[in-house]
Amino acid sequence: LSRIGDELYLEPTESGLSLRAVNSSRSGFASFLFAPLFFQLYEPGSAGPETELFRCKVHMKSFLGIFRSLPSLEKSVGKCLILLKPRASRLVLQLHCKYGVTKTHNLAFQECERLQAVFDTQSCASHLCAPARLLAEAVVHFPPTLAEVTLGTGPGGKISLRNYVEDEAEPSKTMVTELWLAEDEFQSVAVAPGSHITFCLKEFRGLLSFAEASNLPLTIHFDEPGRPVIFTLDDTVLEVHLVLATLSDLQSTSQSPSTNGVSRLPVPSDDFADDLESYMVAMETGEGGSERPPSPTFPLRTPRPAQREPQEEEEEEEEGAVPGTPPHKKFRSLFFGSVMTPGRPGAATTQEVLAEDSDGE
Amino acid sequence: MPFSAQPPASGERYALSASLDNARHLSSLLRAVHFQDHATCLATASGLRVTVEDAKCIQANAFIQAEIFQEFSVQEESVMFRISLSVLLDCLTIFGTSSLPGTSTALRMCYQGYGYPLMLFLEEGGVVTVCKINTQEPDELLDFDFCSTKVVNKIILQSEGLREAFAELDMTSEVLQITMSPDKPYFRLSTFGNAGSAHLDYPRDSDLMEAFHCSQTQTNRYKISLLKPSTKALALSCKVSIRTDAQGFLSLQYMIRNEDGQICFVEYYCCPDENITEAEL
Repeated sequence: LSRIGDELYLEPTESGLSLRAVNSSRSGFASFLFAPLFFQLYEPGSAGPETELFRCKVHMKSFLGIFRSLPSLEKSVGKCLILLKPRASRLVLQLHCKYGVTKTHNLAFQECERLQAVFDTQSCASHLCAPARLLAEAVVHFPPTLAEVTLGTGPGGKISLRNYVEDEAEPSKTMVTELWLAEDEFQSVAVAPGSHITFCLKEFRGLLSFAEASNLPLTIHFDEPGRPVIFTLDDTVLEVHLVLATLSDLQSTSQSPSTNGVSRLPVPSDDFADDLESYMVAMETGEGGSERPPSPTFPLRTPRPAQREPQEEEEEEEEGAVPGTPPHKKFRSLFFGSVMTPGRPGAATTQEVLAEDSDGE
Repeated sequence: MPFSAQPPASGERYALSASLDNARHLSSLLRAVHFQDHATCLATASGLRVTVEDAKCIQANAFIQAEIFQEFSVQEESVMFRISLSVLLDCLTIFGTSSLPGTSTALRMCYQGYGYPLMLFLEEGGVVTVCKINTQEPDELLDFDFCSTKVVNKIILQSEGLREAFAELDMTSEVLQITMSPDKPYFRLSTFGNAGSAHLDYPRDSDLMEAFHCSQTQTNRYKISLLKPSTKALALSCKVSIRTDAQGFLSLQYMIRNEDGQICFVEYYCCPDENITEAEL
């Protein structure tokens, strides 16, 4: 998670403890959901009708600092207790070590909005499942500094991996590495022929090391260029998702509505101001051809720090819906808002519902 | 051992002369107190004491008893001089710091007296190095006036339990707070850094606890930057005794066993940090 973002979001839920991170351009999101069975004891606290289960975010570095030395942790720590104390504003991590020694860390946290990316593995056209080792061995051929890689499907069901070279780069000065993997090296292949996606390798490497270490097969769900690619790891007690934005094809300046019929927010074109306010204004005025009036989940407000009110859930979405155009790459940022047509309640992913209609409560 | 540059014959009287078969017995101990450039050496019939101080708040002493040396003679009652500890260590380890089994650097140390340099003759594998290090007027040393009768709380721990803790201390914290008490938490080390606070608790019945004599609950804070160098001494030691007196002065005594199984001591004394009050923490 630290390869993605600088802040660790902790969200206890009924189905387990979710640890999440998002990158600064909101084009990468990862979540690790640890089922209650993973723990010796799991008490998410009680959510009343007015309040939700408490969630917070902490600095990634502070959290990681506690688990600094893995080998010595394995040798000396018996168990770890994690307590979230909202009233004391502290996240308590207590390590019970050998010889009766107890290490207690009281971390300051910040209250935060719900962090959730919009994605749906079922709506993806292509799915690949491979042992982590296969992908790790493939990725090792690329230089550690490589930013983006293109995954494609080729003739004969072969899968290719190629480093992404920007158009502006001089052909004579660039090195292109391409490797092909046979279909039978994968555990399952269900891909749309001729498809390809380009995503950030650096953020993917983090997940790959985890998958390798835990010996879990990695599933890749992808669709057209521009739609996010979703990597998942599944285990009896752990569910991992990594969602990365992909480069859209330069030919298309706006995304055509995808085939799953989910109505989308108007996609900002590349020369849109990089600023939430103007985006919201565009939404309200119906620019971009949205066929629906602005959803009640997007009240027109300038973003402000999330406050603990019943309205919180609505504020979150707005907080997250940052229009695209991060720096020089043409990645779309993942839309954190959710606009669900009432007729498709099942469009939600295996994740929890992103935003309930306010009438639904 | 053949020296091409022989130390002068015994006709000359040296204020201090000593021989050591394995210079590491000295250099490793000196490294454990090397947090300042200069040190004050005091040689008496019982051995050599090297003192390093900082900020008028902290003092570290390395004791190498006369018995550790193959030869140790001090002419007057005591001989004292100030010397660059960095240079001394560089000379003692002139043949390198890696300790291959079987090889060791032999040392002969001579000091003629006030105003004279300290002479070191080092030999390893037939190669001899002669070093002359200038000496200076000894500084006046702090007297912490720490004697066993004034001790309020005392514990002796196996160093193994503290080593990792000290190495991983949150250095963004200005202080290291030490709590010693006959009741819970018994012995606690706390830091208050940027990420939040951290507490390390050692129960009195822990296997690591060799002795536990706490009569009063005391919490004292010490500047962490001053105590951090003691990690080196902790790393070398097998046991450490932690004592505080009524004023909150801290005494850390490290028992160090050298390669030949001989025991040496290093001790650190530290004043409590007056500036930080309870309220600020």
